[in-house]
Amino acid sequence: MEKRHIITVNPDAAQAFSLHTGCGECPTSCQSACKTSCTVANQVCIKEQKA
Amino acid sequence: MVHTFALHDLKLALDVESGALHILDDAAFCAVRLLAAGIGRQEVHAKLQAEYGKQTASQVMAEIEAAEEQGLLFSVSRRVDLATDGAVKALCLHLAHDCNLRCKYCFAGTGNYGGARGLMPLDVAKAAVDFLLQAAAGRKHLEIDFFGGEPLLNFPVLKETVAYGRQKAEARGKKLKFTVTTNAYNVPEEVKDYLNREEISIVLSLDGRREVHDRMRVTPAGRGSWESVLQNCRQIVAGRGGDNYYLRGTYTRHNLDFCQDVKEMVGHGFRLLSLEPAVLSPAAEEALQEEDLPVIFAEYEKLAALLWEWEEAGQKVYFFHFELDLHQGPCAKKRLLGCGAGSSYLAVTPDGKLYPCHQFAGEADFCVGNVKEGITAPEIRRRFAAVDSAAKAECAVCFARYFCGGGCHAAAWHQNRDLARPYALGCKLHRKRVECGLYLQAKRMLAKTGR
Repeated sequence: MEKRHIITVNPDAAQAFSLHTGCGECPTSCQSACKTSCTVANQVCIKEQKA
Repeated sequence: MVHTFALHDLKLALDVESGALHILDDAAFCAVRLLAAGIGRQEVHAKLQAEYGKQTASQVMAEIEAAEEQGLLFSVSRRVDLATDGAVKALCLHLAHDCNLRCKYCFAGTGNYGGARGLMPLDVAKAAVDFLLQAAAGRKHLEIDFFGGEPLLNFPVLKETVAYGRQKAEARGKKLKFTVTTNAYNVPEEVKDYLNREEISIVLSLDGRREVHDRMRVTPAGRGSWESVLQNCRQIVAGRGGDNYYLRGTYTRHNLDFCQDVKEMVGHGFRLLSLEPAVLSPAAEEALQEEDLPVIFAEYEKLAALLWEWEEAGQKVYFFHFELDLHQGPCAKKRLLGCGAGSSYLAVTPDGKLYPCHQFAGEADFCVGNVKEGITAPEIRRRFAAVDSAAKAECAVCFARYFCGGGCHAAAWHQNRDLARPYALGCKLHRKRVECGLYLQAKRMLAKTGR
């Protein structure tokens, strides 16, 4: 169906959230640029990065 | 849960459970907002029809239903198994509880964490590496962050630890990534060359404008450090081809116009930036207050527009807290477990004691063990493992819960004396940053598809 009123930025969202669940190989958020305000969503899944 | 918001020229809806982001026109925005507020479909349809006409109303409702069928709108709560195996995969190694600066907002009490000033001996650093390799169990990717105080005060131990860690990690088939967080005040040429040559990731502390930086980041004699720091940062970043670094600043209520500081950083050629709110006792003169929020929110929105302007002009600047990965980001489990402090991430003080993270260093009630004996207080680790965002009442009703990991444990404890109660002001700032990050994602998508 052609959408005229709603544009989905990431139609792959539902799958991306669930892939490689819980392997624990991803970076630790506090080891990057934040040391006082936690952020996790800017990290790339290490398995996705390889794929 | 669906979160709707308008930012600059866009109206957006985030479907919290699927992570789907939608750009909406006025009619769709109106409909999704009403549905999210619990208004029945027939009533929403009627309201749309009255305001936008029959055809538009039918189209909008059909598009909403299609998105729902695809699991991208009003999706149901996901069940995520949050059990962990107790492995430790990252250490924050406090090479120095001493510093050559006396920054006024330092959470580490100007570098000594409220105790004696001192450096980590090499045998402790090596024991920390051994502990990590042992505690990592089956994990392959491990991290060590050299921290302080000022870790470069203990450069010989840093160098030896990198050599030792790499050798030991390779022998065990592990990959060990090193990062150093430095104030960049005094970085001799040989140190710069070493850090660049060995590809050690680096976090450099610069607050932006000279007057902003020098107000907070002073030498023991009270002089500003901006000039030396800027020069060192430029040389280090140039020496690594402008990659593998973050220029990290802190803002306080003295520089709520922090876009000017970002502009200053960019003006000096830096492209990988982070600017974080100071987390201080509410009584501190520099501490952000609830009444500052409208000004801060406006400033973040201004920053989002500025970043997009630069990106469109081909000068992309990465602002750490706006960089959200909507396509290949972390899995739901990682998003809910957050930073891992106290469980997969621990800090090591110069005497070899282990703490849940750098912000708990020296707090005896939170000492979980030491690098030679390992974990001696597993009950403390269990306390931290139990406060993932799924366990926090505030997170259950927050649209940003898959973006922040439940917030900073240290901020929760130091502000509320309760690990399960997030630092409210920090949450409000984080939600605004998430909105700005989503806005930028939407702008990129529109530009990419020529819409």
